Amino acid sequence: MSQYVLRRLLIAVPSLLGISLVLFIVLALAPGDPFSELATNPNVPPEVAAALRAKFGLDDPIHIRYLRWLAAMAQGDWGFSFVSRMDVDTLILQRLPATLYVIGSAQILALLIAIPVGVYAATRPYSIFDQIANTFAFIGFSLPTFFTGLLFILIFSVTLDWLPFVYSGDIKATGFRWLFEQIRQAIMPVMVLGLFQAASMTRFVRSAMLDVIRLDYVTTARAKGLGQAKVIVKHAMRNAMIPVVTLIALQMPAVFGGAIVTEQIFRIPGIGSLLISSILSNDTPVVMAVTFVFACLVVLFNLIADILYGWLDPRISFR
Amino acid sequence: MLDHELRTMIDKVKDGRIDRRGFVQRMLAFGLTAPMATQLLAIGGVAMAESPSPYKPTKRGGGGALKLLWWQGPTLLNPHFATGTKDQDGSRLFYEPLACWDPDGNMKLVLAAEIPSLQNGGLAADGKSVTWKLKPGVKWHDGKPFTADDVVFNWEYARDPATATVTIGVHRDITVEKVDDLTVRILFKKPTPFWADAFVGAPGSIIPKHLFADYKGAKSREAPNNLVPVGTGPYKFIEFKPGDLIRGELNPDYHMPNRPHFDTIEMKGGGDAVSAARAVIQTGEYDFGWNIQVEDDVLLRLEKGGKGKTVYAVGGDTEFIALNNTDPNTEVDGERSSMKTKHPLFSDPAVRKALSMLVDREAVKKVIYGRAGRVTPNFLNGPEKFVSKNTTWEFNIEKAAKLLDDAGWKLGADGIREKDGKKLKLLYQTAINGPRQKTQAIVKQACQKAGIDVELKSVVASVFFSSDVANPDTYAKFYADLEMFQIPMSQPDPAQHMRRYHSRNVATKENKWQGVNFPRWVNKEYDETIDAAEAETDLVKRAALYIKANDIMMREIVFIPVMHRLKVEAAANTLRPVVSGWANETDNLFDWYREATG
Repeated sequence: MSQYVLRRLLIAVPSLLGISLVLFIVLALAPGDPFSELATNPNVPPEVAAALRAKFGLDDPIHIRYLRWLAAMAQGDWGFSFVSRMDVDTLILQRLPATLYVIGSAQILALLIAIPVGVYAATRPYSIFDQIANTFAFIGFSLPTFFTGLLFILIFSVTLDWLPFVYSGDIKATGFRWLFEQIRQAIMPVMVLGLFQAASMTRFVRSAMLDVIRLDYVTTARAKGLGQAKVIVKHAMRNAMIPVVTLIALQMPAVFGGAIVTEQIFRIPGIGSLLISSILSNDTPVVMAVTFVFACLVVLFNLIADILYGWLDPRISFR
Repeated sequence: MLDHELRTMIDKVKDGRIDRRGFVQRMLAFGLTAPMATQLLAIGGVAMAESPSPYKPTKRGGGGALKLLWWQGPTLLNPHFATGTKDQDGSRLFYEPLACWDPDGNMKLVLAAEIPSLQNGGLAADGKSVTWKLKPGVKWHDGKPFTADDVVFNWEYARDPATATVTIGVHRDITVEKVDDLTVRILFKKPTPFWADAFVGAPGSIIPKHLFADYKGAKSREAPNNLVPVGTGPYKFIEFKPGDLIRGELNPDYHMPNRPHFDTIEMKGGGDAVSAARAVIQTGEYDFGWNIQVEDDVLLRLEKGGKGKTVYAVGGDTEFIALNNTDPNTEVDGERSSMKTKHPLFSDPAVRKALSMLVDREAVKKVIYGRAGRVTPNFLNGPEKFVSKNTTWEFNIEKAAKLLDDAGWKLGADGIREKDGKKLKLLYQTAINGPRQKTQAIVKQACQKAGIDVELKSVVASVFFSSDVANPDTYAKFYADLEMFQIPMSQPDPAQHMRRYHSRNVATKENKWQGVNFPRWVNKEYDETIDAAEAETDLVKRAALYIKANDIMMREIVFIPVMHRLKVEAAANTLRPVVSGWANETDNLFDWYREATG
């Protein structure tokens, strides 16, 4: 087991190097300039922008820049933002709490909806409940989040005036008031993301459950005279969860990555909005760091999912 | 004529034979605006009076929280590193310049005690130096006194190439010296009629010497106070998250009486202009929204029964179409749009003239800019005293067609005019931005009717305005026949703005396209006019020279002005913001207050 983990980790090193090289080259080849805003400012002579480019090493050949980046990264230096003139890791750490809170809550909400609904729908396939759940699931994952987000804002903020639609990074209140405000402002983004996730997850849980529920051992359990609830929860669901757990594990990087569109609509100061604003202002060190973190998380959670497989199903061996 | 009369009158004011008010009233009779008349007095050698402040509150604080929404949030808080105006806006909450610009383009004192003039000895008669008296008793937020040393330090800090500031251009060619603790003198290399460039307005904000002295030069990025501003401004810093949030609180030791009005201030970033307009005008979640570039009918709809309204500020920003004077399709020594070529179509003045008649400015205003635009025949649209009254414009497809007919451009079988085997086909490029693409469509339609084929091209703004030498799509390379954008006028003076088109500034491969004269226009008369204006210390004559420069440009049709654009902001109905078209939105923040009842 530990040998297997070690081997997988060693394999991850060249793949991460490959990913970083591709990311770096793509970003270096992409057109644009972090100092383009200076160009139309008549107060700033064009030499200033050129001098800044030179100072930040933007005019050096790509391979030199890549090696420099790699050497710095190996020493734990994530780079220096051109646009904010501060270290990239501080910038990312500042954005992490909001992302974890909002996207994490949305994932939990999705699970809380998807598992009971999916399981119940699978026990009564093609019943009225199943039909309704299916219909909503299809509507749910057909509607993009930018649409539902705007719809929610129009209904709950503009028309009803119940909820704020600008997310505030820190609320000037303490105790219960703080908690209340924190929940109130997160309701809309969490609903938008959670319902979208729940829709596809419901379908997934339902089909995984349907696969299991027809198996002989479930019939055996019923034949023993066990109650319906016990059969479903203890016998069928446990096995049906194996693929679902994998799915959730692979979605974890997305939780860290934030939801770019939703964060932009509700002005949530998360990693997704940091990524999009850095891309727009061509702040390559930040873009590079954020995308590279994603890459690492994907590799890591793939490994975790593989290990979880073996734990859930001892028949899968590590070789 | 008018010039002579003016001089006599200004002299009378000086001798006290006419009072200032009488003078302004007479000027109004001449059709000059009041700020223009006061400006004339100032430049004629009479001390400029600050315009009366509209500020009403009679005590400090008590205004509650002020919530600002900047849909592009500031990403850093050191005015010397401010890449964009959003960063200047953010730094200006805490840092202050010596003086700023009010909505009429008049100077307003901030850290200075008096406006330098010839009378008070602040301005040298030869125009080569200016002496600023500083306000006594001003304290930094950490309690240390503000002195002349701070001002001198900012100059040293900014002009050091190793510090890598964006303000180096302003400070490079001047010398700043301390006269005494509360007096600084700025020395210019040559006579400088517009002396209010350094230390004025948001880009001229001053940072404290005692916190930055150790971080001058290559170490500049390590300064902890780059992210924790300690200024002299009306609000003290609490917290900053780049791109997201700035928070501040009332400065109880602020140097202006009864100010500031608000107890706390918050600047939130992110999102887009439309939803920012909605959060201010429709739901009232925020008090003020910055740069609301949204179509006018959307704004009108939001304003109906809303909680806020739009606010406009007039500056000198002109959206224009530039005509390339060189040939973008011929390569000479590996360079397109080379100075060794002539544009094959635009070398015929009739084509230029016809094109200028094919831009339907009224339609552009009606359909796109609405209240945020003014139709103009000029390239130079402000301040008032520099605006030409000699120019006209018209939109007339038939006349344009006739002009082309007479010049020998005959309609071909495909509906496109041609002459000597050259077809009237143009490439028209601009940055990606809703109003710009719509303007392109309006122009293209009119050109088509007149037999000119226009191909449209849109480039992402960050590429279009890039200084990346390797990219062919930048505005500076101008590999197209026409291009449209605007160059903001960041101060109420045309010198910087008009100097760009001097022939010595043409953009070429040799200067890595850093020359700012991107239409590559060469005109001896224009060069002479600009040279004369820059050396002219008689300010009435100087204004006349800039008007002449504009008229030459319009006569030769170097640019086709599309729209004189106004700044658009959104504000809560109860908020009384003071926004100048000549400065950053937060430049007059100390004068903002909230009316008790809407």
